[in-house]
Amino acid sequence: MSVPSDRAALMWDVQQFVFREARLQDDHEYAAWDELWTDDGVYWIPANTADGTEVDPEREMSILYDNRSRIRLRVKQLLTGRRHTQEPKSQLRRIIGNIEILSVDEPDVRVGANSIIFESSIRDDTTWAARNEYVLRYGEDGLRMAYKKVTLANNNRAIFTLSFLV
Amino acid sequence: MDGLSRAHSSLGGRIQPDRVHGSLYTDPDLFEWEMENIWHRVWVYVGHESEVAKPNDFIVKTIGRQPVIMTRDRDGKVHLLLNRCTHRGNQVCSADKGNSRSFTCPYHSWTFANDGRLMGYAFADGYEGKDKSQLGLGRVPRVATHKGFVFGSFAEEGPTLEEHLGGAIETIDRLVRTSPEGEVEITAGFLKHRTKANWKFVLENECDGYHPAFVHQSIFNVAESGIGSLYGAESTAVTRDYGNGHTEVDLRPEFRRIGQPLGWFGTNPARLPDYVSKMRAAYGEEKANEIMIDGTPHVMIFPNLFIAEIQIFVIQPIAVDEVVQHSTALQFKGAPDLNRRMRQQTMGSVGPAGLLLADDTEMYERNQRGIAVRRPEWVFLGRGTHRERRDADGFRIGHSTDEVPSRGIWRHYQGLMEAAP
Ligand code: FES
Ligand SMILES: [Fe+2]
Repeated sequence: MSVPSDRAALMWDVQQFVFREARLQDDHEYAAWDELWTDDGVYWIPANTADGTEVDPEREMSILYDNRSRIRLRVKQLLTGRRHTQEPKSQLRRIIGNIEILSVDEPDVRVGANSIIFESSIRDDTTWAARNEYVLRYGEDGLRMAYKKVTLANNNRAIFTLSFLV
Repeated sequence: MDGLSRAHSSLGGRIQPDRVHGSLYTDPDLFEWEMENIWHRVWVYVGHESEVAKPNDFIVKTIGRQPVIMTRDRDGKVHLLLNRCTHRGNQVCSADKGNSRSFTCPYHSWTFANDGRLMGYAFADGYEGKDKSQLGLGRVPRVATHKGFVFGSFAEEGPTLEEHLGGAIETIDRLVRTSPEGEVEITAGFLKHRTKANWKFVLENECDGYHPAFVHQSIFNVAESGIGSLYGAESTAVTRDYGNGHTEVDLRPEFRRIGQPLGWFGTNPARLPDYVSKMRAAYGEEKANEIMIDGTPHVMIFPNLFIAEIQIFVIQPIAVDEVVQHSTALQFKGAPDLNRRMRQQTMGSVGPAGLLLADDTEMYERNQRGIAVRRPEWVFLGRGTHRERRDADGFRIGHSTDEVPSRGIWRHYQGLMEAAP
């Protein structure tokens, strides 16, 4: 499949994908979430950038900077049922909004969005806010995720454990 | 010393040889007393010289709850200044780090040099006859450095840093040899992990070799990591109490038994050829092999610097039930290929999403909630007392899973807390 030329159709595909990803994360459907990724997927949650500072993830620490094999490892760890910080699992509901198509570079679509996540865990209730950037790629079976960057609004401050899928 | 600390100048038998009372982790008055008797007295790790590498660099750190600006002045000298204006107490510096010759207070524009001197006031005619030299920024009275690690002490006098580090000083020397140039750098930025637990749970866990097999089982299994066996029942690794609260899990016996250079880092010389050739050139073949087999230490420098093989953690107490863990990858001067791997592994392991540390942190928080339960009142720390022994240097050691480190920490803690203010 290639990028639809009709803008409304493209937006429909993107929204459906992003909402589905959000639901799989909220519901801890780890294996299905893992399948959303392309083989070269990169999942990045930077640290210390929320105030506008640029950080090179190849040289400086990020909260998470997973290549495809580490995404898989993370999922496998969650699937053991012994990832203590997620047993019992965080109870989650998130809203993804302000979805924008930032650019199209066939077969890739760059997408921006905001997210608000409510987490209820055995520690307490926590609210997270983030700017998300995605690269979604059209392939044989529709869209997959090649890149996801989650910039938490407080990523330069001390934050609680973030062990659910963001 | 104020009335608060006098009122609590006894632990009331809450520390015994093989058990401590649960209230030591939950008592808010005790926490304030710890600030005075521990954090504002002993040598506390502040930062590394490489974090202020260039003249006029600065970075904001803490000692206990006190915000400290670590600066390097234009002549290269490192200062630890308190982030409080000497006029009416405003915060002088609101950036986390940067490069500046001076700090101007935003309230009435007093300007301080990065060595702490008051350079000037706004509308200076209002201060005729006043002595500027008495109005410099507060400073940490004693500053000392070992191998680039900068420590500060709020006590005007007391043991030297070398005396405080004692036998554990060798672990820092052992760490820096892993660089072909003999130097560590802290340049990768910190993750800051907020944790609802007492700081001593973190302190004690760093050299607790009993928990990894259980807390980290999930990642050891899926990553097919060899780390698990280092902390197994059959392990020849030892726990060590260096005194002064410093503790270690010494994994060298296991690494020497296996005898594989870079085995400690889960790799081998073929994967890091540049590093290995630099090490051999720097130290000679035999010594380089020895260093690469032994690896870097796993040592908790009391009260707040944990050197964990490939990364460091800095423990920042916030409240009786809150602590921030700051973590970053160690970087070894002259070892770019090693450093790259250090960063990748550290990023996977530590911080709020870390495959290892998120689970440790879960344990800290559950421990904090569990310890508040009324019965029983005690924590039992007797594991391995029957097989505790002394090593050739006279330090207490035990099996890698024994509670030698916790007992050592509490022994030292008791001495500090019961000392006259
Ligand atoms: S409080 Fe800083 S100048 Fe007045
Ligand atoms: Fe651990």
